[in-house]
Amino acid sequence: MNEKTYGLVAEFDSAASVLSAAEKVRDAGYRRWDVFSPFPVHDLDKVMGLKNSRVGAFSLLFGAGAFIGTMGLIWFCNDFDYPILIGGKPMFSVPMSVVPAYILLVLAAALGAFIGMIALNQLPRLHHPLFGKKRFELVSRDKFFLAIGAQDEKFNATETRQWLESIGGAHVELVEDND
Amino acid sequence: MAESATKLESLAPPSELRRMEAVPTNRSLGWLTDKLTAFNEGKTPLWWWILFLPAAFCAAFVLPGALIYKISIGVGVWGNNAPVMWGWDIINFVWWVGVAHAGTLISALLFLTRQHWRTAIGRAAEAMTVFSVMMAGLYPAIHVGREWFDWFMFPVPTSNDLWPQFRSPLMWDVFAVNTYLIVSTTFWYMGLIPDLALMRDRSKTRVKKFAYGLFALGWTGSARHWHNYEKAYLVLSGLATLLVFTVSSIVGMDFATAQIAGWHETIFPFYFVAGAVTCGFGMVLVLLIPLRKWCHLEDIITMAHIDKICKMLLLMGCIMGYIYAVEFFMAWYSGNPYDSWVFGHRMFGHQYWFGGWIMIVINASLPQLLWIKKVRQNLAVVFIIAFLINIGMWFERFTIIVGSLYQDFLPSSWGMFHPTWVDAGVFLGTLGAFFMLYLLFVRFLPMIPVSEVKAITPQANPHLVAKGEKP
Repeated sequence: MNEKTYGLVAEFDSAASVLSAAEKVRDAGYRRWDVFSPFPVHDLDKVMGLKNSRVGAFSLLFGAGAFIGTMGLIWFCNDFDYPILIGGKPMFSVPMSVVPAYILLVLAAALGAFIGMIALNQLPRLHHPLFGKKRFELVSRDKFFLAIGAQDEKFNATETRQWLESIGGAHVELVEDND
Repeated sequence: MAESATKLESLAPPSELRRMEAVPTNRSLGWLTDKLTAFNEGKTPLWWWILFLPAAFCAAFVLPGALIYKISIGVGVWGNNAPVMWGWDIINFVWWVGVAHAGTLISALLFLTRQHWRTAIGRAAEAMTVFSVMMAGLYPAIHVGREWFDWFMFPVPTSNDLWPQFRSPLMWDVFAVNTYLIVSTTFWYMGLIPDLALMRDRSKTRVKKFAYGLFALGWTGSARHWHNYEKAYLVLSGLATLLVFTVSSIVGMDFATAQIAGWHETIFPFYFVAGAVTCGFGMVLVLLIPLRKWCHLEDIITMAHIDKICKMLLLMGCIMGYIYAVEFFMAWYSGNPYDSWVFGHRMFGHQYWFGGWIMIVINASLPQLLWIKKVRQNLAVVFIIAFLINIGMWFERFTIIVGSLYQDFLPSSWGMFHPTWVDAGVFLGTLGAFFMLYLLFVRFLPMIPVSEVKAITPQANPHLVAKGEKP
């Protein structure tokens, strides 16, 4: 297939119709396809076979790192590098350190979730082949789009187009990739 | 095993157990989109300018003026002096942090508990959080007296081995408030991304398209993206919920670890969280009651929403009443003469007795009016109650801080507190800056989370097929 082609995009009117179309695309054996919608469509992840998002792992790693790091930092600052005796309290103890460590755990885990989301989604990507299509502006409004990538083994510009129309897709268009 | 389970018909719950509809208007997705972005795309109304210009004046001139004067002369320009070393600066800090809390509670805790009604007001409440934490963070930074040494609070490696002293709750506060600001801003911004993409797609001019597009990060609404996004949103709301309970607890510990009678109480962390949420719900109502009318959002932020917030406020008012009762009881029951003195003087002292009465009359008693349904449905009355609660909560902090400090253990450290115009200037400046930021937010960003509202409409449910339509 031409490398300059992104794929075919079809438009659907409701969450229900795009979900049933997605089931058909999956059953037809396509592998490189995606659905675009104004809000997350329930159960679409199951149809697309998406595994549990790895955002949680980012969050856990960042959070755990921050907790251990802060404990270490407090030990380093107040016990190792420059011990200050305050009120006869121990130079380093868990109760005094756990609060800042926990706070920074929350901070880092939250940033981890955000960074994980951005990284896994490969954002920011300010240009996308689909943005070239005027109708695609409706994706954030009330239309649902289903795109089948030109990289897909089963992809065929004419046959896939006809097939997409047969499963209810409107305004099926070929999308060029001008990147 | 069968491929799919038999469909079960579930019985509708009895009417009194039915939940309110999250989006009461049965409208199409397109209608909702137009409606919720109408205010951003329309002409700037007159009321916006009338509110914005004074707020912007305070933010642009009063705040910098008072700050420059205070920083160049010193803390002495404030009313703070021995023995009242914490004055309006800390009162306002606690007050602003408190205002923030209801926003996080609405946007995060109510998300986790699947209260769908929170969707319509979540963004507006979260914006309130972000801006009020900004205002709160300013006060401790200038309260230290030598602002150019603020960086001492952060563990920065320097040649003189100067490290923060991590045993102090004041140090924990530095981390708590900064974390709160960063996490709530991240949460707020992430929620905005799909709506920024919406604004980008709807923009007519190139400048707007570029500006919204830049911050939308190239969001396409891909199902793969939503999949990660929803997970991140869930994780973030879980973490933000922790902060609802953490930040004000630590602020409370700033007080509780001191020896001062009236501060040295184990109830303080909980007390401050409850006070914070009460104050925040008051502020949410003060902001939303006019905005829903002026921005024509009565269909979206309905009377049912106001009713729910009123009920939360009522609950918080009862909790405040309980806490006040416990405080007074413990002051008497402990047999500690200093505690009894402070608490006696809160109500019947020759100075500052009004603070104690304002606390009890406004924060604990006034919300009791909200038991009455007629009161909850009267927007003017609800607005007045909410407004008074904001003032009442400010006086609560005044009573706790000044009321406990001005008569210390020894009569030699007794003294009065007289605020100065610089105290008032900084407070007015932060109020102006807060409202300026909030008005800019309302004008340029969708104050209702459009994609979230669309996601909870009946037509967003892909398993619900309209009659006659082929699935």
